[in-house]
Amino acid sequence: MGLATPDTSHLSRPEYATVYEPAEDTYLLLDALEADRTSLVALRPTICVEIGSGSGCVSSFLSTVLSPSPSLIISTDINPAATRATRETTLEQRGVFEQCQTRFVQAFGDRLNNSVDVLVFNPPYVVTPNEEIDVTEEASAWAGGDCGRKVLDMLLPQIPELLSPSGRFYLITIEENKPNEIIEFLQLHGLVGTRVMERRAGREHLSVLKFTRTK
Amino acid sequence: MRLITHNMLKCHVKNCDNPDKQFPLRFKGAELEQVEAERNDEFLVRMIPRLDWRALLVTTKELGIELPENIPEEPENDDAFLQALHAAILETHVKEGSMVCNGCSHEYKITKGIPNMLLAEHEI
Repeated sequence: MGLATPDTSHLSRPEYATVYEPAEDTYLLLDALEADRTSLVALRPTICVEIGSGSGCVSSFLSTVLSPSPSLIISTDINPAATRATRETTLEQRGVFEQCQTRFVQAFGDRLNNSVDVLVFNPPYVVTPNEEIDVTEEASAWAGGDCGRKVLDMLLPQIPELLSPSGRFYLITIEENKPNEIIEFLQLHGLVGTRVMERRAGREHLSVLKFTRTK
Repeated sequence: MRLITHNMLKCHVKNCDNPDKQFPLRFKGAELEQVEAERNDEFLVRMIPRLDWRALLVTTKELGIELPENIPEEPENDDAFLQALHAAILETHVKEGSMVCNGCSHEYKITKGIPNMLLAEHEI
């Protein structure tokens, strides 16, 4: 692997106990972004957004992938500890990083419509009872309810509105999330999606889906 | 939080939907810090169309920050303009304070440079 994985050793501090530590799903997403490095740099992205940034590992890495082309990288999370962890992780990195405590991109209203050049989301995808969604800060990172889709489904209709004309959306899924159904849904809304990378990690069959606007 | 992010934030309290009032959010007790950063003109020029210039003027005036009223015809060739823009949106950080909605008066807090835009159940 070419690019260095961001240092997130500060996550061992008690203040970050509720923050999701990078795991196989995180690394798969890093690998997918790195694999697309040439085309991502050629895009000259101006605004990138990571929803649910957790440790900030992906946001930080994204800046490295895009370098030396600068971009504004906005990281959001509902967990305040995650926003602080993200800030600490990205401080080590060269780039223009901003953090915001908010659900998805609700803080921005329509200001980001047609404006996000690279959108990244490693959602809470684990299949759980619906009652477990957001029951704690920690659970907000992984509890996905029915089919592990409840949280993602709240955001999906907004994806086509957010992406810029040449924008891309990278999403982590497991098979239980029915990735083909996600692809079909977004196709109805003008986005073409493909499974660009897969990996088995324990019982999880992880995939990275990539979406762009249909020409 | 840099002013560039503030230029993207809107009040989203339920029923608060007067576009003139919910954006931009008005700073209250803002603690500012200027942090020098490498200037990239190509990036600045790409960012201009994404900015809400009217809102940026309102905010910079509120904070006493210099910013030209108008975007020049060829910003890429206007060094003074780019320097002012760079200083305003990328080098001006708000560390602490709050942002108030002129429409519904809701206050969003900024702590250690991170804005909290989460709302309570009844506000959504």
